[in-house]
Amino acid sequence: MTYDIAINGKQYRLDLDHIDGRWACRVDGREVEVDAVLARPNVLSLRIGNKAYEVKCERVGGEMHVWVGSRRFAAEVRDPRSLRSRVRATDEHGAKKLTAPMPGKVVRVLVSQGAEVEAGAGVLVVEAMKMQNEVKSPKKGTIQRILVIEGAAVNAGDVLAIVE
Amino acid sequence: MFKKILIANRGEIAVRVIRACHEMGIAAVAVYSDVDRAALHVRKADEAYPIGAPAASESYLNIQKILDVAKRSGADAIHPGYGFLSENAKFARACADAGVKFIGPTAAAMDAMGSKTRARQAMERAGVPFVPGTSRGLESFEQAEQVAARIGYPVMLKAAAGGGGKGMRLVHAPEELKSALEGARSEAERSFGDSEVYIEKAILNPRHIEMQVLADEQGNTVYLGERECSLQRRHQKVVEEAPSPIVDPDMRRRMGEIAVRVAQAAGYTNAGTVEFLVDQQKNFYFLEMNTRLQVEHPVTELITGLDLVHLQIHIANGERLPFTQNDVMIRGHAIECRIYAEDPDNNYFPSPGKITLLLLPSGPGIRRDSGMYEGWTVPMDYDPLLAKLIGYGTDREQAIGRLTRALNEYFVGGIKTNISLFRRILGNPDFRAAKMDTGFLDRLLKQKADQSDMQPDSQAAEVAVIAAGMFAVLGSAAAEAGECAVINGSTTKANPASNWKSAARREGLR
Repeated sequence: MTYDIAINGKQYRLDLDHIDGRWACRVDGREVEVDAVLARPNVLSLRIGNKAYEVKCERVGGEMHVWVGSRRFAAEVRDPRSLRSRVRATDEHGAKKLTAPMPGKVVRVLVSQGAEVEAGAGVLVVEAMKMQNEVKSPKKGTIQRILVIEGAAVNAGDVLAIVE
Repeated sequence: MFKKILIANRGEIAVRVIRACHEMGIAAVAVYSDVDRAALHVRKADEAYPIGAPAASESYLNIQKILDVAKRSGADAIHPGYGFLSENAKFARACADAGVKFIGPTAAAMDAMGSKTRARQAMERAGVPFVPGTSRGLESFEQAEQVAARIGYPVMLKAAAGGGGKGMRLVHAPEELKSALEGARSEAERSFGDSEVYIEKAILNPRHIEMQVLADEQGNTVYLGERECSLQRRHQKVVEEAPSPIVDPDMRRRMGEIAVRVAQAAGYTNAGTVEFLVDQQKNFYFLEMNTRLQVEHPVTELITGLDLVHLQIHIANGERLPFTQNDVMIRGHAIECRIYAEDPDNNYFPSPGKITLLLLPSGPGIRRDSGMYEGWTVPMDYDPLLAKLIGYGTDREQAIGRLTRALNEYFVGGIKTNISLFRRILGNPDFRAAKMDTGFLDRLLKQKADQSDMQPDSQAAEVAVIAAGMFAVLGSAAAEAGECAVINGSTTKANPASNWKSAARREGLR
């Protein structure tokens, strides 16, 4: 089985086969001696050569994080034969979306639609877990739209406003 | 002794108190809001009663509902934990009226200490050293201006009913005073229902050191040593340790004696904490008294060998302190990390959600007081404290070593936590040298996290590549089989063993 794997954005090709109870493994064509035990769901005990690693897997909102010891890696796994290869759309230029950093309640809207804001200026205040947090503009620009009202309940990732 | 104690709280502290009850052969009654039905404290209690909507004012802060549960369950005492109703004199009084013992100080002592301004007046009379400022609430902006000019900037505005940094503002210059005063007042009103605000000279880069006291109802008061709580963020403590690296036996005795004087001046009973600000010359100033069990009480327990919750219950039961000041010995060193559900990559915003994987540290010198479990969803309605991890050692260095090791064992998946922050703190040379003040964390967080989790490392990245591939294989395989498998040394496919059998096999391997 061949996978294209991106780790923190860097691409690798992994060939992984399970033959006679052993793993045959190649990373970018280079053979790696590996042996693995799934200690419990999402926890692998890996031996690479004689080095031992505890690796944890975490799936949050469609993203996969792999922790090697205490180090976290963002992983994207694609099976080149599969049609379900995920492509994440990113809108890097132009309008920027301000999203809710956590689920909570919009307690204040600090600027109005059409207002000019500096980078880092507070746009809204979201409250959760007794904490009020200012959602700041990522860039200098104009508030194109405010998509929530004061008192609105929001989920993490909800778009609150758009700065252009 | 009490037969049944109601715990008017949630999270790790409710679990902590339930454990103490069970250790003493006392039944424990839990209360829970609608979002806490699945919380750990409900699982651990002997009885559990719903008390309403998630908003604290509808549940954990609702005196009537909690007293109703006390009555229905036949509880003869109430432990308030920390936060919520723990420092609410009205609640203590209502308990007394209802014939239920409140495990804590009397309402009168709370009244004396609960308001920072009134506490200050009482302390002035008792000759306790404090920071220059007003001992009364500010009446007007003009008065604030005058006092600030007299004591000199920078000044600190504080809510009289405050705590946990709410209603608090640091003011560097006269032109900032007006908006800061308004902000502090409205925050105080929102958080405590009381907009009284007072002013103090701000001591820059102080240490925050507090003294644990314990008083029985026969008038015996002792101090149990200090805790260094200088590592704070947004005026919330993050790491606490005992003893303080800068306090020697003489300073401990002087601080302890003043703390005892403070407690006695207020007619204080049960467990309490006297907080001091310590300047760079090691002068200490009375800050406030917390009339409750503190979050960080475990570090004191570890270095004194005492169980503060047991002692609270004995004292509330009318018993004498079973030891005197001379019996109190400090041994070893303990450090606590407050594990919060917050996102280090997103300015430490709260990060509620479902815990999908939980790996727990253990071993020598490690204590973990936790309110979470794997599969539990952290609600967004309350303070994001999940657990406390405490390391104990013969000395500070060993405590740091053990705690660092335990932090590396600790894994909370599915939500974000501040565990990585503690690795940074514990590895920091200034922390290791005990060079700390209340500005330490803000300065640390301004530096780029060069030791970050995301640091590139080609060897670890290769491990991640292989593991990611295996998890992908297993993800689909496990979904089909509903089973975790040994994927080397034996064949993975066609293993029809039942989950019960494999679970038993796993247990047998332990």
